[in-house]
Amino acid sequence: MAERLASWSHAVRAYLLIAGMWVRSTMTYRASFVLMAVGNCLASALDFVAILLMFSHIDALGGFTLPEIALLYGATCTSFGLADLILGNAERVGQRVRDGTFDTLLVRPVPVLAQVAADRFALRRLGRIAQGLAVLGWGVAAADVAWTPLKALFLLVTVVAGAAIFCAVFLAGAAFQFWAADASEVANSFTYGGVTMLQYPPTVFARDLVRGVTFVVPLAFVNWLPVLRLLGRDDPLHLPGWVSLCGPLVAVLLLGLTGLVWRAGLRSYRSTGS
Amino acid sequence: MGKEPATDDKAFIELDGLEKVFQVRRRAGLLRRERREVRAVDGISFRVPRGEIVGYIGPNGAGKSTTIKMLTGILMPSGGRLRVAGIDPTRDRTRLARRIGVVFGQRTTLWWDLPLRDSYGLVRRMYRIPDARYRANMERCVDLLDLGDLLDVPVRQLSLGQRMRGDIAAALLHDPDVLYLDEPTIGLDVVSKAKVRGFLRDLNAERGTTVLLTTHDLTDIEQLCGRVMVIDHGRLVYDGALDGLHKVGESERMLVVDLERELPPIDDVPGTRVDRVEGPRQWLAFPAARSAAPIVAAVAERYPLVDLSVREPDIEQVIARLYADRPGL
Repeated sequence: MAERLASWSHAVRAYLLIAGMWVRSTMTYRASFVLMAVGNCLASALDFVAILLMFSHIDALGGFTLPEIALLYGATCTSFGLADLILGNAERVGQRVRDGTFDTLLVRPVPVLAQVAADRFALRRLGRIAQGLAVLGWGVAAADVAWTPLKALFLLVTVVAGAAIFCAVFLAGAAFQFWAADASEVANSFTYGGVTMLQYPPTVFARDLVRGVTFVVPLAFVNWLPVLRLLGRDDPLHLPGWVSLCGPLVAVLLLGLTGLVWRAGLRSYRSTGS
Repeated sequence: MGKEPATDDKAFIELDGLEKVFQVRRRAGLLRRERREVRAVDGISFRVPRGEIVGYIGPNGAGKSTTIKMLTGILMPSGGRLRVAGIDPTRDRTRLARRIGVVFGQRTTLWWDLPLRDSYGLVRRMYRIPDARYRANMERCVDLLDLGDLLDVPVRQLSLGQRMRGDIAAALLHDPDVLYLDEPTIGLDVVSKAKVRGFLRDLNAERGTTVLLTTHDLTDIEQLCGRVMVIDHGRLVYDGALDGLHKVGESERMLVVDLERELPPIDDVPGTRVDRVEGPRQWLAFPAARSAAPIVAAVAERYPLVDLSVREPDIEQVIARLYADRPGL
């Protein structure tokens, strides 16, 4: 156990080391960094603008008001932004396997995952997080919810657990590429596609699709169920109430599971050299 | 981190029946996939004592890179036993990483978009190199590899030769006991090649670093390696001194004679054969193991000689002949 803990802290330290160096290196071009971050923020804000446009014609979407949707959207966007910042670059592993530079990571005394994830660490991704937080903040202020400290904590946990679940999905996508070096696009259909779906209320989509997403890709835990609970609404699947509290547990389980998948992928690479 | 494993200096790198088998799947027909086994490394055994420079050569696809990848822990062997500095690369890859340096000629281990200086800083912290040692090693590398003007240039802007020198320095900052070089002089100009070779020779002499290098440039071998291993089709076909390779390959030396005028081919000197005739110049081939003196005397006695020279055998041809002698391999 102590050994595992030591290797974890070693990995985290290596990650921070590499990420820190990339940050310093981007900061040498400060103006360019600011522009990129603002651009990133604006680009992801366009999504929400589309929702705003929709609401200029209607008052409610699937029975949800605009502030409620802002809450959904903001929570997902922040979770996803965090995961993208931390682990978004892991998807480049397929590229590295294809061009052969993956080998160079294996000869360094630092965990491969830390190297892959921190490579080209892009602080400009803070732009998406900032945009998500802004929308979330407005949603929190405008939605018809009686906020208590407990509810605020619940929202915070939901966002963090959501980020962890997205991290697990990124990690699974990266691991998958050891077996299929062109899998990057397949993985994107899960992560980026999943993001778009979560930003709309669940009743907009067909019930079977919703059920599939809840159980096949447990992204729904990111915000649907918890936020529905915050808003005091019934979920369209009529799941028992405790399910919406399972976010952190699901996150931990998923991270553990995808961690094993990553290790299996790495082992498969080392035995095939593909 | 435990203490260093006990190592046997006589077998610092030790391979025992090492094997690597790849499963290759190929489409054969609409749905059928054919599975085929490729034995990239097929039972290789050798020992390299500490402080030796060994050349590891062979044609493309012979299994050189696969062997190196197993020695660095990148690939897991399919069979056999393997120890480097007393460490099993398969099980202790990251621990081994602190003891070895690796230079891939074809691709850089540096960070493409960062200046050399930042790459080195990162290497220092990844390997936790103590400050004093890092400064000393940096100074030495910058000095001997001529990196002074390059430290602030992003790696992607370096020429191949500059990048290679940068890569070699990066592989040596943590004082590895073993240095693997995969084609370290590929694509370099003559000056860069000489610089790299000189640096490696000094490193080996001063630090006793064990070096294993693969190369296509046989001058590398001639100038650096006391020992050569030739691999073909995943098997070791020769392991010994460079001179011995000539004997095994039945190589020939060449006596080039310039005569006063054009004459018919010199066919009356025993132990030689005429390889080529070009006007008054003739090429006489004779076994590399024989002395040139009696042949020169015999020619000078019978023919009007203006000038002569003796050419040493070309290793490339020796190796080609070595392969040719083993049909079916």
